[in-house]
Parts: sequence; C-alpha cells; structure tokens
Amino acid sequence: MSDGTREPILTAQGLVKRFGRVVALDGSDLELYPGEVLAIIGDNGAGKSTLIKCLSGAMVPEEGTMYLDGKQLHFRRPTDAREAGIETVYQTLAVAPALDIATNLFLGRERRRAGIIGSVFRMVDKAGMRRDAKNALDELGIGTLQDITQAVETLSGGQRQAVAVARAAAFGSRVVILDEPTAALGVRESGQVLQLIRDLRDRGLPVILISHNMPHVFEVADRIHIQRLGKRTAIVTPQTHTMSEAVAIMTGAAAA
Amino acid sequence: MDSNPTADSNPSADDTLANLTHQPRTVLDRIQHLLHRYPVISPAFVLFGSAIVFTIMGNGRFQRPETIGIILQQTAVMATLAVGQTLIILTAGIDLAVGTGMLLTHLVIAKLVADQGVAPILALLIGALVGLGLGAFHGFVVTKVRLPPFIVTLGTFYIFNSIGLVYSKAQTTSKEALGGQQSLLLFTGRQISIGSMRITWGVIIALGLYILVAYVLANTSWGLHVYATGDDPEAARLAGINVNRVLFSVYVVAGLIYALGGWVQLGRSLSASSNAATDVNLETITAVVIGGTSLFGGRGRIWGTLVGALIVTVFRIGLKLGGVDAYYQNFAIGSLILIAVALDQWIRRVGR
Repeated sequence: MSDGTREPILTAQGLVKRFGRVVALDGSDLELYPGEVLAIIGDNGAGKSTLIKCLSGAMVPEEGTMYLDGKQLHFRRPTDAREAGIETVYQTLAVAPALDIATNLFLGRERRRAGIIGSVFRMVDKAGMRRDAKNALDELGIGTLQDITQAVETLSGGQRQAVAVARAAAFGSRVVILDEPTAALGVRESGQVLQLIRDLRDRGLPVILISHNMPHVFEVADRIHIQRLGKRTAIVTPQTHTMSEAVAIMTGAAAA
Repeated sequence: MDSNPTADSNPSADDTLANLTHQPRTVLDRIQHLLHRYPVISPAFVLFGSAIVFTIMGNGRFQRPETIGIILQQTAVMATLAVGQTLIILTAGIDLAVGTGMLLTHLVIAKLVADQGVAPILALLIGALVGLGLGAFHGFVVTKVRLPPFIVTLGTFYIFNSIGLVYSKAQTTSKEALGGQQSLLLFTGRQISIGSMRITWGVIIALGLYILVAYVLANTSWGLHVYATGDDPEAARLAGINVNRVLFSVYVVAGLIYALGGWVQLGRSLSASSNAATDVNLETITAVVIGGTSLFGGRGRIWGTLVGALIVTVFRIGLKLGGVDAYYQNFAIGSLILIAVALDQWIRRVGR
C-alpha cells in the first residue's frame, strides 16, 4: 500500500506528551496512507493510546505536528477531530447504553427538523436520523436489524461494537481509528468486526487499528506500526515479518 | 502463536451481527424488556391498582371528584419541584435542597411584596432570579469544584434553610400582607371547577411544566444530552457533548423551578412561612424513584415522576379515607420506594 510515491493522508511528526515525569510520547511519528489498514502494536506503556488520543483530539500533544491531507491540525477537543473527518471508536466503546441505536449514532450531532419546528422549537429530526442510521448499518452489511429504536444495552458485545463502528464509518469521511475493537469479543464476533474493518478499507476509508491481538493484526493490517518506549521503532508488514518477529521488536528482544 | 483463526470461516454479512435484535425468551424476559422500554408502566400500574383498592376501602369517598381535586391540589407543589429533581437524577445527581431552595424563593417573593411593596410581577421575576442563582451555585460547585451533588445539596439544604429563617425571622406573612385573594402571588391558589372537581391554577401550571419538560427531554438535543450525560458521562464527552455545560444547565433549570414551586406554594398555603412544605424535600425524590427513574442516571421518564408524585398523595389520602392509622402511611410509601428501586435494578440488567 505504501509505495513511497503516494502522499500520506494523515501524518504525525515528533509528537511529545508527558504526564508529570512519565514520558508517554517521546517524539513519535506516524503515517497513514489512503486505502490502507495501519495497525499499531506496542507493549503496555509504549504510548499507543496517547498517540491515538492526540490524533483523535482527546489529548493535546506538547510538541510535534500533525497533518491531514497536507493541512496542519490543531485539535483541542474530540469534536475538532470529528469535524476534520477523523472518527474514533474507543476501547470503552463510548456508547450511551440506555439510549437507542439511532440516538447513539447521532449523539452529539443531532439533526434538527427543518423550518420553525427545528429553529424555534429545537425539535430533532428523529425519523430522519433513524432512517439514516438504518442506511448506515445497511451499508456495512449489518442492517437487517429489525429495530433501530432498541436500547444499545440490549445488544450483545459484538453488536454494540458494530454500532460504534457504524457510527465512525457513517461520519468518518477521512480516517477511522479503532482502539482495541476486538478486546472484549469472542472468536466469532471478532471475525465479524475484522470483516467490518476490511469493508471500511474497501470502501476507501483508511483505518488505524490498535490491538494487542497479533492474529487479528496480521489478518487485516496492510502495514504494522510498532510503538516502543514512546516512539515508532519500526514499520513491518505481514508479508515481511512473522508474528514472533514483530513481538520481538515490540518488546525490544530484537532490533528493528 | 497460531495463525488467524477466522480467515477460513470468513463470516458472511448476514451472520449474528446482522441479527441485532435480542430475542426475549421467557415470559419474565419479555416483562423485563417491556418495562425497560416503557418505564412508566410499573408506576402507572401501582397508581391505578392503589386507586382501585382505595376506592373499595374508602366507602365511596375516595373516587369522588372532590377527592381527586384535593389529591391534585395537594400534589402540585411537590410535583412541580419533582420535575427539577428528575432532571438532576437523570444526570445521576441528586438535589437534597429542593425544598429549602423553594422555600427561600417563596419567602423572597412574599417579603418583597409584603415588606418592600414591590409589584407582585417584579417580585416573581426577582424570585426566579434568586432560584436561578441558587441553581447556578449548585451547578458551579458540582462542575467546577467537583463535589458530589449529594454533598453539595446536603450543605445547601442547611444553608438555604438558615438563610430563609434569618430572612423571614421565622415569621409568617399573612394573606392580607401578600395583597389579598386577588394578588398575582396567590393566583396559583385560585380555583377552577370542573364539575364538582376543584383544581387550582397551581395544578395547571404544574401540568404545563410537565408537558414542556416532556417535550424538551424527548425532542431536543439538550434532552438527549441530559440522558447521555447521566448514562455514561465519558461516552457523552467522547461523543462531543460538553458534559459540564449540560450538568450546569440542569441545576440552573432546577433552580428556576424552585421559584415556580415557591409561587405554587404561595397559592397552596395562601401565606408565606419558613416552615411550609417540610416533607417536600424527600418526597420529590420519592416521586422520582417510584416513578421509575433510575438513581444511577440516564434512564427514566418525566411522566413517571408525575405518576410517582400522585402515588405519594393517593397513598396518604387513600389510607386516611380507608381508616388506616396515619402512622402506617410512611410505612406504605417506604415499602414502595424499596420495591421501585429493586425493580429498577432488575430492569437495568436487561440483555446481560
């Protein structure tokens, strides 16, 4: 995918983030190319989550620069990233369990009805949002659900994950970031989420996948970014390296 | 390490993810899902069930339109304040100062008219501002100082009470001092007859408030954000909701409702006193909880609170008319609270 001649869609250079005396990011770089699944692996404390939080606007790096389509980014909060077209599915899923599927898909960016009902009476367009939520799920091949108005907490773990991914896919116009999307799932449900990731890529959306699960990473990733001690130490591919070689680089047992 | 376990069994799109509907199996499962979906069912069931029982017990007195009018009049103040309580509990907070906050605005409005000769309409507006200020103080301490709402409002419960006593010197302001029967301050006590049922404008104001808040909660972004904030504040924040702003606004709205409740209380007691409506503090929480709103936030319906508020009054009046010793009233209401909370715990486990 990264043939060297193509321009990356998302770039991070020299990101630094400290928490007191702990250095979470120590000049970390990242490049994401159009149409690829980039996996980020790393040991606990390698700075994976911090890196992702910087890219998704949940944290502000102290140093370093980020570019989307060549334009420099200055994210102060998650909504900034979302407005730029970067959607993130967090490990905690970030869905409101008591609210229904459609409301969750549009949470924080509800659409209002047209005319005076929307402008004066602030009425949200429930019917329209439900229709679009259904379409968004249909597009991902998870749309045969009968009831878009059921509460998310009545769904299984994999189904909730599907809702969260669908939200990201529906609104992420440039990049989708998935943080440990299979961590809480069984084998079967994990397989379905991996299929969703491939579907997103095939629709042209580049995906960043953070995962501890090496088989999953090697199954869907085009390139693998290995994070170690707050820096990117290597980029490998499933074709050039085995899982054990990647783990060896990740833990420092082998040189990059 | 093994190679990928799912590559061969490449799941098709119509596999289990497609089947998003969780199928309830047993009758109990179905009931749980029904109550989860329509949380007003159980309090409505209790209200109608108890109305039937009290009709039988009351020797023909309970179901009379006069009695129903009295129930509505007696519920108006508490039901009004319970709206603010519901909003706060939906965000997983609690307001222990709702009664003393209401009384403070109530006394301010009355004293401005009685002692300072301020025009009633202006006094009501100032009362609204005072309520807004009290709510804003709660909101500030909860969101900026980050104290738990329970502690914040426990503190202000005493503080508001004390200010009210000092301000009114614990004296009662009479109906005449408030400007007599025709005063705007006592408008909420003016009666309307519907057949032989008499309700007050205070009842109508309370109902209007429910209609307004029901609309806002169900149909506006703010309403959905109130639910999301109480449900999972971190998820709400990551979805781009300014959680602190939502929390602050909820306390401000609750504060405005103090003043509305204070006005309704003026019409109810036809005087102003620092020891009026002593039960209203806890009763609003009772109404919210019996009405099916979860103390853990994020789930509940405003109509449930109205039903819960009516249940409290229906129990009090029904037991009295049924000739049951008044000391058993609180026993019955306390039992209802425990049942309601246990039911909520069970409903919350839906789909797990």
